[in-house]
Amino acid sequence: MNTHRVARIAPALGVLAVLVGAWELVTRLAAVPEWLLPSPTVIVVEFVESLPQLAPHTGRTLLEAAIGYGAALLLAFLVAALIDQSGLARRALSPLLVTSQTIPIFALAPLLAIWLGFGITPKILIVALACFFPIAVSLAGGLRNADPDMQALVRLMGGSRWQVFSKVKLPSAIPSLLSGMKIAASYSVIAAVIGEWVGASQGLGLYMLRASSSFQTARVFAVIAVIAVLSVALFLAVDVVGRWIAPWIYVRTEEAQT
Amino acid sequence: MATSGPPVLQLAGVSKAYPANGGLPVHALRSVSLHVGRGEFVSLVGPSGCGKSTLLGLIAGLEEPTEGAIEIAAEADGAPGQVAYMPQRDLLLPWRSLLDNATLGAEVGGGDRAAARQRAEGLLPSFGLDGFADALPHTLSGGMRQRAALLRTVLLDREILLLDEPFGALDALTRATLQEWLLEIWERLQAAVLFVTHDVEEALWLSDRVYVMTRRPGSIQLDLPVDLPRPRTRAVRGTAEFATLKQRLLDALLADA
Repeated sequence: MNTHRVARIAPALGVLAVLVGAWELVTRLAAVPEWLLPSPTVIVVEFVESLPQLAPHTGRTLLEAAIGYGAALLLAFLVAALIDQSGLARRALSPLLVTSQTIPIFALAPLLAIWLGFGITPKILIVALACFFPIAVSLAGGLRNADPDMQALVRLMGGSRWQVFSKVKLPSAIPSLLSGMKIAASYSVIAAVIGEWVGASQGLGLYMLRASSSFQTARVFAVIAVIAVLSVALFLAVDVVGRWIAPWIYVRTEEAQT
Repeated sequence: MATSGPPVLQLAGVSKAYPANGGLPVHALRSVSLHVGRGEFVSLVGPSGCGKSTLLGLIAGLEEPTEGAIEIAAEADGAPGQVAYMPQRDLLLPWRSLLDNATLGAEVGGGDRAAARQRAEGLLPSFGLDGFADALPHTLSGGMRQRAALLRTVLLDREILLLDEPFGALDALTRATLQEWLLEIWERLQAAVLFVTHDVEEALWLSDRVYVMTRRPGSIQLDLPVDLPRPRTRAVRGTAEFATLKQRLLDALLADA
């Protein structure tokens, strides 16, 4: 199983190694100035050296991402359940939900700063707005697609509407909910960073902005790497939690692989 | 099994039509009348698409008949009569263990969960599911899943079991084993069974009576008593009486084709 997994990601790792190697080679051979394009080794050195400052900024950004994500999850649950249970709510909210996606949420960051200042609240709000939609839509879809025969079975046993919802619909929606939660998790960090760009006292966005305005390009790259790694880590974290709480979801795909 | 007293289930002139888009309504069932006695095993055979499953759905309460009446005898305690319905698909909830699936009825009906679990655990061996209480459905074989679904149905504690082609999707060997096993279970249960199948031999071997349905719109064309002695063994299938009965069923089915 483990060697199998290594064999699967080996080609991607190979391509990555070639790209990074070429980058290193080009910057050295062509003597590209560091402020323009630092080489990977310079970026790694910069990362290690700025770790003491990076850590608290990362912590702040993660905090904003986590609170915003939690708020989005809660709100998405409420809205998706409402849409599922009431036809009126579905007709009233579904079109708004979908069309609201044409508004670039990140462009709202300056507005939120005007309304709410430069504290943590506007950042949390940006994260929540960015994460809400994928979670709400995937959950609502999952609830809608629950097996009607299974629902009928519980109804025939004398089950109430709530029991049909909690015992059939909600568990059925977990796979779909998880894919929405994974997408939202990978959005959350970058949403917090964009919120910080507008103005903040701490956070990766602020740190990155300061570095770029003083042409510390290697530091900008180091921050970008941190954001990328965090996003992937959060994505994988949701995946791991999903496998733990819903082991039955992964059966079919694993059978297909062997 | 001796049947006496009023039937536990009676259908009088039940019809079902579905509205069609811009055309005449589609008649699925036309004036179906049948009855099932207390503790009786009755099968319903008919060509594919004759409305057997629709009929079971009507009795279970999934849908309302367009015409006619369905009467289910009241429970022993005077509560309105109810049936235990086992649909064609096992419909085991994939996120629940076998035991949690089996006791779903008690959980939903607000019954005593602990008692239901204890009873289910006690029944696992006779359902061939001993040691699988905590298994998730996807780890079970097709035959085990059907047995688990039947356990869930039996645990509803109703006087009438409606079984819709429970062995339809299984291989021949598993099917034969499960038929034999179902007879054993039923002889202990004291419940009436209405069993839908398109397998003539299966119907004869299991049943006290067999109803033959016509093609769509389905109606009853033959009510055939099966006077073979019980308990029945596999050897019954080789007897002349069995062959005669089978011929009558096939004649009825083919005459309609």
